[in-house]
Amino acid sequence: MLSASFRKQFSGGPEIVVADLRIGPGITVLFGASGSGKTTILRCLAGLERPDTGEIQFGDEVWFRSAENYFRPPQQRKIGYVPQQYALFPHLTVAENIGYGLNGLATAERQARVAEALEWLGLAEMAVRRPLTLSGGEQQRVALARAVVRQPHLLLLDEPFSVLDTVVRLRLRGELAILLARLKTPVILVTHDRWEAAALGQEMVVLERGKILQRGSVTEVFNLPANPEVARLVGTATVLAGTVTERAEGFATVVVNGIPLTASADKLPVGAVAAHVCIRAEDVLLAPAGDAPSSARNRLTAVVRALTGEGPLVCLELDCGFPLKALLTRQAQAELNLHPGDRVTAMLKASQIHVI
Amino acid sequence: MSAADWQITGFSLQMALASLLLVVPAGLALAWWLARFHWRGKALVETFVTLPLVLPPVVTGLLLLQLFGRRGPVGSWLHTTFGFEVVFTWRAVALALAVMSLPLFVRTVRTAFEEVDVKYEQLARTLGAGEWRVFFTITLPLARRGVLAGMLLAFARALGEFGATIMVAGNIPGRTTTLPVAIYQAVENGDDAHAWTLAGVAILIAFLAVFLSGTGPGRLK
Repeated sequence: MLSASFRKQFSGGPEIVVADLRIGPGITVLFGASGSGKTTILRCLAGLERPDTGEIQFGDEVWFRSAENYFRPPQQRKIGYVPQQYALFPHLTVAENIGYGLNGLATAERQARVAEALEWLGLAEMAVRRPLTLSGGEQQRVALARAVVRQPHLLLLDEPFSVLDTVVRLRLRGELAILLARLKTPVILVTHDRWEAAALGQEMVVLERGKILQRGSVTEVFNLPANPEVARLVGTATVLAGTVTERAEGFATVVVNGIPLTASADKLPVGAVAAHVCIRAEDVLLAPAGDAPSSARNRLTAVVRALTGEGPLVCLELDCGFPLKALLTRQAQAELNLHPGDRVTAMLKASQIHVI
Repeated sequence: MSAADWQITGFSLQMALASLLLVVPAGLALAWWLARFHWRGKALVETFVTLPLVLPPVVTGLLLLQLFGRRGPVGSWLHTTFGFEVVFTWRAVALALAVMSLPLFVRTVRTAFEEVDVKYEQLARTLGAGEWRVFFTITLPLARRGVLAGMLLAFARALGEFGATIMVAGNIPGRTTTLPVAIYQAVENGDDAHAWTLAGVAILIAFLAVFLSGTGPGRLK
């Protein structure tokens, strides 16, 4: 649907290189830390920035082609765009904001569509209010309504939750997921938050310093990061260098700091020796020392080094010959009653050790 | 107030408003152009626009007299094309007032445009709005206080203009005499009472303009 290959550089900034980006239906997340270039890419797609060179095409419409010096301005791209701070027009009411993009329609049709959008997003009572009197979550919904009421061919969302506080953010993430699922429009969503990416995205593009590191389905990127940078960005707690010593029947033995681990080898390139081992903290199972009630292939004796609370979870730093991070629910921690210095058995399934 | 005083007052108001009709469209376009774009020679245009503010008004008047006189480049063209005279007519008054008040209007409105966050204009474009619609529905309403303040300043400047007016339009009673020129004339003639009557009118107009435009010092921001 959308295909883009372009370069863009601001003076002093890193060069942003978009190589053969293809975006189809569903929700695609552009994921990366701040400064990775994701907002610039979104603005180039919206037509608010002009790339230095390259090409952007949407369906059979050319949006940008530097070879022909052609640039289609944003007003001719039929997109919906929701920027970070929403940019609601402060001098217009909620209803006027939502109806702004419908001026080509007859008054009755416009009013009907605005009313429908207000109803759809539960904003009916706020129709005549000014944006500055609304809460952050309400502003977000108005911005979304204003963008989708025109029935755009592509919806672009830039960090839709960045200005909201944590409690509201969690509630609205669920709401937005439901709203977006009801839309037929393809969506590109920019975020630096991996939970947001996992909760809302279907496809995912991982960016760092202006370059695309990996693209694929969200599950694929989270579970099979292509390289150590992606692994760290998507929150794989443990990423370690190791050596592949042996492989047989779909399994490989990887030695990390002298400790052999068994991993499934289906994605491991043939002949690879030096490798990185990625282990997600939530995949590590813990049992009292000596006890091993699991069929996991890897059983490691570990010493607890530190415990830190992470919301409803407890994060443990273990030493099992190499540093390993594990997550426990508070209840599991209460049962195991671990303290720094305690010994514990860490268990890992071969399929949960990802070797890259 | 004699009939002549009423005529002078009415004429001054008419001319100040006429100059505003010239200043507002030209000034809005110029201010927008200066606020939103960078181009070669921009500094030169800025200097030319500001010049009447810093030049002695009589010098500006003298330049206008040269340009718009019967043998001046613009004046002769206007005369042969449209068949009308500028200098020493009401047209010269309106022109002098417009040239003298344009810098104040452009400077005020330009700042107001610069304070409008471009994110609103960009968003309007993503909603399908072209440049004209963006200007009239987003930029101008968001800068309305500055535009109003600029109009007030321009109007006040026009009402008080003396030097350029007398150079290019002279002091023809009933035809080109404005309030400031009449006040000067009255003092020259030793008629202080008359001067004070006209000064009172000027003060009243100024007061009403500030009061009615809602741009008193506390209400501008």
